[in-house]
Amino acid sequence: MEELLQSIIGESWILYVLLAAPPLVFILVYALVTVWTEMKVSAHMQDRLAYMYTGPHGILQPVADILKLLQKEDTVPAAADKPLFIMAPYLVFIGTYAGFAALPFSSAYIGSDINLGAFYIIAVSSIVVVGLLMAGWASNNKWSIFGAMRSAAQIVSYEIPTALALLVAVMITGSLNLQDVIRFQEGGILNWVVFGGPLPVVQKLLLLPFTVTAFLIMFIAGVAEVNRTPFDLPEAESELVQGYNTEYSGMKFAIFYLAEYANMYLVSGVAACLFLGGWSSPFGDFMSGPLWGVFWIVAKGYFFVFLQIWIRWTLPRLRVDQLMYTSWKVLIPFLFVCLFGVGLILVL
Amino acid sequence: MEAVRTYFRDIWKALSSIAVGLNVTIRHLVRPAVTIQYPDVKLKMPERARNRLYVNIDDCIGCDQCALACPVDCITIETIKATPDQDLGVTSTGHKKRLHVPRFDIDIAKCCYCGLCVYPCPTECIVMTDVYEFSEFDRHNLIYQFSAMKPDQIDDAKAKLKKAEEEAAAKKAAAAAAAEEKKKSEQSKQG
Repeated sequence: MEELLQSIIGESWILYVLLAAPPLVFILVYALVTVWTEMKVSAHMQDRLAYMYTGPHGILQPVADILKLLQKEDTVPAAADKPLFIMAPYLVFIGTYAGFAALPFSSAYIGSDINLGAFYIIAVSSIVVVGLLMAGWASNNKWSIFGAMRSAAQIVSYEIPTALALLVAVMITGSLNLQDVIRFQEGGILNWVVFGGPLPVVQKLLLLPFTVTAFLIMFIAGVAEVNRTPFDLPEAESELVQGYNTEYSGMKFAIFYLAEYANMYLVSGVAACLFLGGWSSPFGDFMSGPLWGVFWIVAKGYFFVFLQIWIRWTLPRLRVDQLMYTSWKVLIPFLFVCLFGVGLILVL
Repeated sequence: MEAVRTYFRDIWKALSSIAVGLNVTIRHLVRPAVTIQYPDVKLKMPERARNRLYVNIDDCIGCDQCALACPVDCITIETIKATPDQDLGVTSTGHKKRLHVPRFDIDIAKCCYCGLCVYPCPTECIVMTDVYEFSEFDRHNLIYQFSAMKPDQIDDAKAKLKKAEEEAAAKKAAAAAAAEEKKKSEQSKQG
């Protein structure tokens, strides 16, 4: 896609804007759809109906919500640290959006085809923590700072299991470039890393328990990283009002939300690329190609988004000590065993 | 060793209980919702539901029993006696109507829907209906006036009653005077 556009437009800034735009367009559309899905799924899980009047089954409700947020007064508390307060939501969104740069959307499109894609995503998504801390601190509000501190502690501790689980997949595929990781898994559902990758059968069977565990942990850590229930301590509406974004209103609040939903897809997309073959078709050559690739990766990513919504409306919130216990005493030891096992099997 | 066993049992418990929870929520997700889209769809009220009061004023004999039974005094009844020459007819239950009812007001805003006014009514003319949507912007609109009498009819009835009372008083006075006269004449006869 890059070469094609380059041959049409030539080397100019328009080229880069066009290349950077698709993830943004995707995030905006996806956020609208997910807001609706979340409300509908949560409602039906409680035997309710949710929106029914704005369009058939309320499909226009997210649009109405956006219009409402745009009209709302954008307040900045008098005691807030103004520059930081204003900057924080954009920083959070930038951290998430930067992660989308290395996330492949199809065999023909990836924002930036860099060798260290997976590592880059893990690294750059940590900027979100800075943004959240900034929002909490600048709000000059005790609930906000509690939320921000919890979120920083949580994201920092869950980044380790994410990175380790990512390493398990990377050890099998032998590349940090997500496009290469996906190309490695092409050729049907059994070649996905979660089922051991395209290796000899004996090796695959030996790898299976480790890859499945790593995949599960990657998903759990992903849920924790995007601050969603049962790991939503930073927001914890019943304890902390709204956590780090208590003082935000209008468009800034909307951007926090957009970043949260975008982050949901980012962790889902990375998990789908590493373990479920990204844009590659589960039926081998059938239904594969650059356009089908978009369909497959969005379908796989969205499945995890749905899973996150499903979990959110099922489980209660964890306590802080349980959160830390889960990360440091359960996920990380299990991943060390996985890393060791996978390494041993691959060497032999 | 016990600690190790607890550790693994805890993990197993966590995973299995999450699976149980997810199973419950997904079953509710596919089950039809129980919500009723209220203004569009309405639940049928039970047969004996107690909601807005209705008075069939044609059957009212003005006995005031409902107003006496009301614990919040939301019923106000005024009556005018009918003169012997007026025939107000009978109620559908066969009671003879002897009183005009120029005023039968129910302040439904005060009503507590206890239904106590319904039972004493001898002609079963005050009933609770299944209407429950009657909100108003002005509270005074919630005072329901059931009387069918027009102001001139009321004046007429009052005038007739007054006349009849005056006539009766005159008759009485005349009778008393006659009696007095009789007494006097008897006394004079004796004397």
